[in-house]
Amino acid sequence: MEAFLHQVLSGLATGGIYASLALALVMIYQSTNHINFAQGEMAMFSTYLAWNMINAGLPYWWAFLLTVTISFAAGVVIERVIIRPVENAPVLSVITVFIALLVIFNSVAGWIYSYTIKTFPSPFPEQPLFGNRFISSHELGTIGVTLAVLVALYAFFRFTPLGLAMRAAAQNATSSRLVGIRVGWMLALGWGLAAAVGAIAGMLIAPIVYLEPNMMSGVLLYAFAAALVGGIDNPFGAVLGGFLVGVLENVVGAYVVGTELKLTVALVLIVGVLLVKPTGLFGRVFVTRV
Amino acid sequence: MLGLLVLLAAAVALPFVVSNYRVFQFNMVLVYAIVLLGLNMLTGYNGQISLGHGAFYAIGAYAAAILMDHFGWPYWATPPVAGALCFVFGFLFGLPALRLSGHYLALATFALAVAMPQILKYKRIEQWTGGVQGIVIVKPDAPFGWKLTPDQWLYLFTLAILVIMFVLGWNLLRGRVGRAITAIRDHPMAAQAMGVNLALYKSLTFGVSALYTGVAGALGAVVVQFVAPDSFTAGLSINFLIGIVIGGVASISGAVYGALFIQFVPNFADQLSKAAPWAIYGIFLLAFVYLMPTGVAGFVRLAWRRMRGAKGREEAIVPRGADS
Amino acid sequence: MKRLSMGIVALAACVAMQAAVADKKYGPGVTDTEIKLGQTMPYSGPASAYGAIGKAEIAYFQMINDQGGVNGRKINLISLDDAYSPPRTVEQVRKLVEEDQVLALFQNLGTPSNSAVHKYLNAKKVPHLFIATGATKWGDPANFPWTIGFQPSYQVEAQIYAKYILKNKPGSKIAVLYQNDDYGKDYLKGLKDGLGDKTGMIVAEASYEVTDPTVDSQIVTLQGSGADVMFTIATPKFAAQSIRKVYDIGWKPLHLVNNVASSVGAVMTPAGLDKSTGLITALYMKDPVDPQWDKDAGMQRWHAFMKKYMPDANTSDFNYVYGYGAAQLMVMVLKACGDDLSRENLMKQAANVRDVTLDVSLPGIKYNTGPSDYFLVEQLQLARFDGKRWVLFGDVIGK
Repeated sequence: MEAFLHQVLSGLATGGIYASLALALVMIYQSTNHINFAQGEMAMFSTYLAWNMINAGLPYWWAFLLTVTISFAAGVVIERVIIRPVENAPVLSVITVFIALLVIFNSVAGWIYSYTIKTFPSPFPEQPLFGNRFISSHELGTIGVTLAVLVALYAFFRFTPLGLAMRAAAQNATSSRLVGIRVGWMLALGWGLAAAVGAIAGMLIAPIVYLEPNMMSGVLLYAFAAALVGGIDNPFGAVLGGFLVGVLENVVGAYVVGTELKLTVALVLIVGVLLVKPTGLFGRVFVTRV
Repeated sequence: MLGLLVLLAAAVALPFVVSNYRVFQFNMVLVYAIVLLGLNMLTGYNGQISLGHGAFYAIGAYAAAILMDHFGWPYWATPPVAGALCFVFGFLFGLPALRLSGHYLALATFALAVAMPQILKYKRIEQWTGGVQGIVIVKPDAPFGWKLTPDQWLYLFTLAILVIMFVLGWNLLRGRVGRAITAIRDHPMAAQAMGVNLALYKSLTFGVSALYTGVAGALGAVVVQFVAPDSFTAGLSINFLIGIVIGGVASISGAVYGALFIQFVPNFADQLSKAAPWAIYGIFLLAFVYLMPTGVAGFVRLAWRRMRGAKGREEAIVPRGADS
Repeated sequence: MKRLSMGIVALAACVAMQAAVADKKYGPGVTDTEIKLGQTMPYSGPASAYGAIGKAEIAYFQMINDQGGVNGRKINLISLDDAYSPPRTVEQVRKLVEEDQVLALFQNLGTPSNSAVHKYLNAKKVPHLFIATGATKWGDPANFPWTIGFQPSYQVEAQIYAKYILKNKPGSKIAVLYQNDDYGKDYLKGLKDGLGDKTGMIVAEASYEVTDPTVDSQIVTLQGSGADVMFTIATPKFAAQSIRKVYDIGWKPLHLVNNVASSVGAVMTPAGLDKSTGLITALYMKDPVDPQWDKDAGMQRWHAFMKKYMPDANTSDFNYVYGYGAAQLMVMVLKACGDDLSRENLMKQAANVRDVTLDVSLPGIKYNTGPSDYFLVEQLQLARFDGKRWVLFGDVIGK
């Protein structure tokens, strides 16, 4: 029984990682209707920037804030410069641009920082909460921060005029322009926010998986799955999806098929969920009109 | 028509004018071209995004390897079997995929690609697949004692298969079936209202697309002479997607352009920069997407039309991107 | 008459030419001033951390060239990226052999990558030297006379661990974490072979893929088996995760890690030096962070080399020691060829290494090959981590 509890808690911890990146993916989808495959690599690059600052002597929270700000700005710039030319292009071309970004960020990070793993500090205490052996303070902190970011994003989109404008721009660009929304800038803002959320995710993930250029490749797949399982347009769904995927993966690996088929079965189950609910557990069902 | 014949003649002459190593590379271009044609059918013409074609390629490759290594089959008998096997798998995968579209379908296919290496390493089937060690394949010699090197012979063999599959594909896409397929992509409800059996066509397209990829996988395995789980990672599927976008979505000639791109541009990028070659590759990707939004095929078509003036013939089917 | 005299002149010319060329025999890629070698390394992709080895070797040859080269010839190492993908390895190796016309392949990295070109290179009779993988199958001179490995085979190393466990913790329960590929499975086999009829001691095995973000779940499962001995077979990142997690969940087994995962800079430090205390591994080269080698002449040379030729590199990364060692061996073999730089002679010299010690090898460990023994290093020494460095104990084990 204790072992099972341990697996579930460990799964929630890993799920927290997936949830944080999944939030960035949902963020970018809600504002641009695209899933950015390069989100993981951008988050990784942001984390390297933070590492640079911390190594140069900057205290953690200053580096954190600076990195989030720089990432926000970088996201805006990337949208305006790189994504804008393909804004109206077919979705496959847009995906190719994302892949190009992914490859560029990964390669440049490897070139500048080499591929040896680096440690990234955690702002949370080293001692586990109540001395428990199941989940570290950092992992709990990751879950906490993810939930906090989730609530903040939800509030932003739901209750602020800017959030409303962004959602409108993503869903119906033409009508939005007619009511005076600067669609282009809304998209850029969306990218900026997603990049910022990604940077936070990266800085939370790095202490657990260690900082190296390929650190996000495994996480991205699960984050992608989590976001879709929860419903790509629903941030709550994405976070729940993250936890679900994390626990599922652990339980499947420990009790169902063993580690040799863990990845396969986890993916099969995720696809299975999608077959039952094709727009995710909490996604909106679209009724298309002729 | 004349242009095509000239091209074909050049392709046949190629292995005799370049070194064996280049023949090997161009052989891979032919293999990838068959894959990209298959993928184009599904994603370009039919609008179903697949990020998992690397899995079908792997199945075809392993089918060929197992038949040759365990059962002593000759290499030329393996592509049809690989194709048939992948058709079945593709069709079966296409059935549940009917319920998914857009990003969700992309994830489902991507999941297949990501899981493939692990499945190939599974110990229960290790005695067939060779597990993590893979299977080594012997390269066939030219038949009937013809004076060709194995590389040259294999290239011509692949070329012959490519021509057959391209002609078949062109026929398919040009006729009723092709129109039904693109109608499903552009307006599924209208197509259904007109009597197109959505489920059947979509699944069949998946099957045929997988068939093409499986045949290519079998050929690829013989060319490389080795199959192992590490040869078929998720990156391969992404590579194929890049291939059809760069080459030209919903275009047959695009398959060849795309194949040339994914085979040679990484090498070229490597020569340009030892420090960050993939960054250069990424920049190439961006350049191609910006400058040639309809792919190389679209660009060529535009240039051709401009050269011939307004009298250029229109295509019956105007290629468009897949639905989001 | 004229024809006869022409014939004599021609014959004399031939004999003279033979005599002149008899001292110098060149294989492809060799001139009076250059020797071309080739290799494929994973500079990108999942195994890109090992690209450091290629970089170290390029730098070492640069140093040798600066000192005048080998017998007056500069070494040109063409190192290509294969992204750890076998089809790409095939392509790059064919390029090196058929287009660049290198004399030999040196330190190609990766088991699947080398498997893909194994037959091709032996069929083409290209020396496939000191390949950077410990898989046991490379020591097969009867069937593949042109391929020689470099490091101690994974199975030999694992058998040493098995013997250690049998001696010091008989009747214990063993848990194993391994990477789900050739590398991990080779070690696991070695462990089982070493335990002989006591393989029942292994109560839990858990694998991971290189695409897994963490191995936490596997560690939790392994702890649940009640084992009191843990063997981690992993690459640096995952080994660090394993060591840290084992500590964090309060599990205190006898923890062994394989050699590849024993770099203080790349594994122990990220895991936490205090969390790594008590770990056991087997070494055959000196750890760059170990102060006991500060006065060692070989390691001093290594440090000087790093300072001059790789000033920005992380000197606690063991990959740079490994690359240096392999390159040094290659230079020795090339020197031994003299002016006969044919592929046959190069292979002959590589298969006749006698009692060689490298700057970076542990004292007592010798490199030996013979025409029927293609295992270069078969000795290792056990070491325990004391929180700062690896402390060697016991004798050098192996032949």
